[in-house]
Amino acid sequence: MKKKVLVILIFLFLATAPLYMSMFRISLLGKYICYAIVAIGLDVIWGYTGILSLGHGVYFGLGAYCMAMYLKLEASQGAMPDFMVWSGLAELPWFWKPFANPVFAMGMVILVPMAVAVVIGYLTFLNRIKGVYFSILSQALAMILSVLLIGSQGYTGGSNGLTNFTAVFGNSLSSPMTKLVLFYVSLAVLILIYLACQFIMKQRTGKILVAIRDGENRVRFTGYNPAKYKVFVYALSAAIAGIAGALYVTQVGIISPGEVGINPSVTMIIWVAVGGKGTLVGPILGALLVNAMKTIASENFPEIWSYFIGILFVVVILWLPGGLISLNELPAKWKKKFGKQEAEEEFEEVMPGAEEVQICRKIV
Amino acid sequence: MEIIIMQVFNGISVSSILLLAALGLAITFGLMGVINMAHGEFIMIGAYTTYLVQILFHTYLPAPFFDTYWIVALILSFLTAALFGAGLERLIIRRLYGKAADSLLVTWGISLILQQLARSIFGAPNVAVEAPSFLENSIRFGAIALPYKRLFILVIAVLSLFLVYMLMYRTRYGRNIRGVMQNREMAAGLGVNTKMVDAITFSMGCGLAGLAGCALAWIGAIGPTLGTNYIVDAFMSVVVGGAGTILGTVFGSVFIGLGGSAFEFLTTASVGKVLIFICVVILLQFRPKGIFAVHNRALED
Repeated sequence: MKKKVLVILIFLFLATAPLYMSMFRISLLGKYICYAIVAIGLDVIWGYTGILSLGHGVYFGLGAYCMAMYLKLEASQGAMPDFMVWSGLAELPWFWKPFANPVFAMGMVILVPMAVAVVIGYLTFLNRIKGVYFSILSQALAMILSVLLIGSQGYTGGSNGLTNFTAVFGNSLSSPMTKLVLFYVSLAVLILIYLACQFIMKQRTGKILVAIRDGENRVRFTGYNPAKYKVFVYALSAAIAGIAGALYVTQVGIISPGEVGINPSVTMIIWVAVGGKGTLVGPILGALLVNAMKTIASENFPEIWSYFIGILFVVVILWLPGGLISLNELPAKWKKKFGKQEAEEEFEEVMPGAEEVQICRKIV
Repeated sequence: MEIIIMQVFNGISVSSILLLAALGLAITFGLMGVINMAHGEFIMIGAYTTYLVQILFHTYLPAPFFDTYWIVALILSFLTAALFGAGLERLIIRRLYGKAADSLLVTWGISLILQQLARSIFGAPNVAVEAPSFLENSIRFGAIALPYKRLFILVIAVLSLFLVYMLMYRTRYGRNIRGVMQNREMAAGLGVNTKMVDAITFSMGCGLAGLAGCALAWIGAIGPTLGTNYIVDAFMSVVVGGAGTILGTVFGSVFIGLGGSAFEFLTTASVGKVLIFICVVILLQFRPKGIFAVHNRALED
């Protein structure tokens, strides 16, 4: 119930933000909303299914690059994109051509990440590669994609990535109206994905996902094939990340291999962890808060941010595994712990020979 | 022909560095179920220790002594990294036994802190270390030139491997490690101080990473993110070889090192990385726990 109130408050805050915030802050907030969308996708796979993917930057990046290819072609108005000319390409590569069509590009934003996730997921989950083995492989995947993107300068823009967009669907990207519309589109997508994930988690599929997290073998022995469900949830979260990437690149105006590699991929995990994994509100809260903090910190004292996020990882995972959402349960937890000690002491007093035990303890 | 021999030699050289880094990772993963993402930062600590030792020798000792600094650097880089490792184990790692996924994330945070620490102390730009002069040459066989530096690193790696092997399979302490690895409760019941075993093994693994850092300092510039370049490959070596076996780690690092440089030679650097990743995934299809994984009949891991 409290979570419902919280999520409504967050959505209300985001929806009314343009009324009292400058355009600069609004575009920052739009960026955070994209991060919140990825965080929901990550939470579905990590918090609910218990699979730790350290490579979600890959799917975020794939979605973003698909959208960026369309934006780049729109910007170059039928000519070759600038970076291709610089790297000496004579003709538009064949896989760039269909991206001139926005509908095709938007389809690919979802389909490409899903296809990659299905292939990787099929190869890993079906053969019961799990736990940290999967995490390490997914991390390697993130490294590989960023190396590949940097390596193929002529096709992907290399380490500069794709940038210098002008318009989306014929609307200028620099006009405040387009920015505002994009902000609200992102917010709408966030709400839709939130509701969709909530719906899925209430279905049988969602229950099985949670069951896989809590006892995979029991699920297997009950007659379900966990591998299928894992591939499904991996593809689902990849698709969500892809959508977030597309919204991100349209608003921020640049996508580069720096957003794809290991560093950003693992950073996404902390958003979920700070907010609270295993709830759908948590990731939204976490992504918004951590990124807002990051902006404030890097505006004022950039040196401290690395220390801060490092400490955040340690503290949250070790001492607050439920995230901020679980803060209100903390007093009860302490009480339980504290109360248990009290009960033990009482028991000792009643117990015959307790005094001797106490004396022995003192001597020791 | 010469090119092929040079490539193989390069691959073996990369493998030897990977081996130094991966040995500690594999043993700690097998022993405690902890994946240490900050392991790469211990490589960095070793490298910066070498850098400091080199500066100290330059400033405070007469020039003829400079060529002997490598002995001090090797020993100190092992000890410094091991000391940092022991501190980390005491403070944080011991809370994470058996929680592999959590340990991944916590140690990632630690690696961020250590990197920033290095940046604050030594500055963000890379620094260069002057290698001892006797390492500057190379052996020549016709057109093939094998740099002494790389050969020296190979010798260090093989020696460390030999020492670790002797420790693990020929001493009482090694028997304790293997015992704890197979069955922690039983070992504890028979009087093995498992916490002590954990602590010493963890810091030893970190010390080996420090050695790798010392070796890396001689063949290239060093910077705060030195470790991150090697850590993913070291992880892949552990995954391919199987956690907790020395043989598996040797196989894994040779596979990744030699295979990686071969693919990169045959194609491009980025495509080579993709190919080696595909090979790892294919290998894992047949042996999901790594080639030399310790078999047991337990259902859960």
